[in-house]
Amino acid sequence: MATIELINVEKKFGSSYAVKPMNMTIHSGEFVVLLGPSGCGKTTTLRMISGLEAVTDGQILFDGKDVTWLHPSDRDIAFVFQFFALYSHMTARENIAFPLQAQGEPRDSIRKRVEEVAKMLRIEHLMNARPGGLSGGDQQRVALARALVRRPAAFLMDEPLGALDAEFREAMRAEIKRLHIEQNATTVYVTHDQIEAMAMGDRVVVMSAAVVQQNGTPAEVYHDPANLFVAKFIGSPGMNLIQGHYADGKVALPGDNRYTVPADWHTAIHEAIGRDGDIILGFRPEAAHISASGPIATTVYTTDLHGSYTMLHLELDRDTIVDVRAGRGTNYPIGTPARFDLDPAMVRFFDPKTEAAIHKGGNP
Amino acid sequence: MSSYSQPTRRRHLGDKRLIQMFIIPTVVLLILMNVFPLIYSLYLSFTEYSAINPTPPEWVGLDNYKKVLSDNLYWHNFAVTGRYALISVSLQMIVGFGLAMLLKEKFKGSGLLTTLILVPMMLSPAVVGAFWKNIFNPSFGIFDQFLGYSDPNTAPEWLGDPDLALWAVVIVDVWMWSPFVMLLSLAGLSAIPDYLYEAAAIDRASAWFQFRRITLPQVMPLLLIAVLFRTIEAFKQFDLVMGLTGGGPSLLQGTQAVNVTETVSVKLFRLAMPPQAQTGLSSAMAYVVLVIIIAISNLYIRALNKVREG
Ligand SMILES: Nc1ncnc2c1ncn2[C@@H]1O[C@H](COP(=O)(O)OP(=O)(O)OP(=O)(O)O)[C@@H](O)[C@H]1O
Ligand SMILES: [Mg+2]
Repeated sequence: MATIELINVEKKFGSSYAVKPMNMTIHSGEFVVLLGPSGCGKTTTLRMISGLEAVTDGQILFDGKDVTWLHPSDRDIAFVFQFFALYSHMTARENIAFPLQAQGEPRDSIRKRVEEVAKMLRIEHLMNARPGGLSGGDQQRVALARALVRRPAAFLMDEPLGALDAEFREAMRAEIKRLHIEQNATTVYVTHDQIEAMAMGDRVVVMSAAVVQQNGTPAEVYHDPANLFVAKFIGSPGMNLIQGHYADGKVALPGDNRYTVPADWHTAIHEAIGRDGDIILGFRPEAAHISASGPIATTVYTTDLHGSYTMLHLELDRDTIVDVRAGRGTNYPIGTPARFDLDPAMVRFFDPKTEAAIHKGGNP
Repeated sequence: MSSYSQPTRRRHLGDKRLIQMFIIPTVVLLILMNVFPLIYSLYLSFTEYSAINPTPPEWVGLDNYKKVLSDNLYWHNFAVTGRYALISVSLQMIVGFGLAMLLKEKFKGSGLLTTLILVPMMLSPAVVGAFWKNIFNPSFGIFDQFLGYSDPNTAPEWLGDPDLALWAVVIVDVWMWSPFVMLLSLAGLSAIPDYLYEAAAIDRASAWFQFRRITLPQVMPLLLIAVLFRTIEAFKQFDLVMGLTGGGPSLLQGTQAVNVTETVSVKLFRLAMPPQAQTGLSSAMAYVVLVIIIAISNLYIRALNKVREG
């Protein structure tokens, strides 16, 4: 199992960046998820790690060894392609056996290993079909099987569950996770599904517009987003972000509301934006609780019923609607007033000019 | 506008009539030019008949076929054609596919080079024959000089030597038609998606393993089509032989003198045309060739379907 290090790795196509200079260490045995919206450079990053795409600058190290210019076949990696890349003229079985045959393994052990992997991915009944005759989900499973059949130093997976239906995706998620724990193989996993990222990653690297926005544990990324993009992108719905004006330990919010900032935030806020200035208040839907004595007054805009809770959409003023989670017990008729309070440990603040989070412990 | 406002004016022709108008001329032409000669010659192949003789065809049953299939003289022509087809098509496949592998990577001038290589294919076989006749000439042709023979007296006489003449035809055919194989191969090679090679690189396949397991099977359908086309052409080989050797030189085989490059088509031509003008016999021979070509085509098409379906 390998430690993978990216040092100022970048990729330009022509004059535009697909990935801006990027630093990242993926420790041996770690499961790192690259998460970001379409076109942010996830695939390009993965392809540079694999060697399928040449870097335009920077260095890639495997276990401290410089592999920047090494051919993919010399890096001992498995790659699950976003669009499967199955060998169209071979059956599923031949596809899966290919990496083992290429290494000249004995027939019997190949057959055994292929059966094993096929069973794990539940594709035994498809083994004699060609990719052209398989559904997208089945092709993806064959592609996964082809990657899993070997025991490489690292697994690189580019949206390996993207074509599966919801039910099977959950099962496969667990399967990949378990496999990772068993083999303890370094894994870089690309997805644009933040729920998948949070569920699977030891660490989540959030990318947007060719830049790494944040690199942290799922909890860090969720609770302490580094900037407005991450705050909005992670969670469904994302973090509530309200434009306000800070002065004298209070934030003036739309709808003539005033929120008293917890005292432990004062220093950090003064450092970041001064004693008087614009600020963005952020909180997750579950950080708010409806309370008649709450400081923030709103009107119920709409409500969505979910399985175990109700999501309230509350209107501070015409342009500001926040999402608040409430229990199933009470009814919230549309148009009625509702007040809420915030858990002081769960409020976050952002500087509207830099879009970066303000950190309580000082800004790095 | 007007066609919408006055729809009835253009309704003279019903769909059926229109369809007939398009189809009938084609069908008539086809019957006159293809179907009738086909059937008439089939009939003639069972008769004793000469087109330059006023005597009407006389029914002789299978006599002509028996003669064509059993007489050593004709058997020789089939053997020459078979040997020629096998050698020539094999070499064309090797040279053509080899060239395609070299030209598949784009480099500066590769487009121009590809076009130049295609030129022989576009020339008239009669012209090619005439040119190569000179090129093969031992006293002033450049072919022997190119091979390093400077003395015209010891230089091989490609078109006159019974051991070399068929090879000479093969060389010209390969020169002329390998580009065709190259073209089909290039089309096949460039249709192989890059991601297959990316996957193979990840799967740590060696270059040879990739060639064997990905490149070859992926281009196989087109290679088979090339083989099919070239084999049919080789069986019909006529113009190059006429231009180069005229079927000669002759060689004493046992008690019979045979022409070493006389392919079936050349023989057929000699039989059918004056002075011999054995119309019945030559029709029978032509039908034998037709059956052989259909049989070979069927084999290839079966192989093709097998490659496609696995
Ligand atoms: N071969 C290429 N040539 C030019 N531009 C490219 C190439 N490959 C990728 N790009 C560009 O680089 C950027 C990043 O692409 P990339 O495929 O890495 O995104 P992604 O995050 O994987 O997106 P998705 O979720 O859609 O797969 C995109 O703007 C894309 O258009
Ligand atoms: Mg991608």
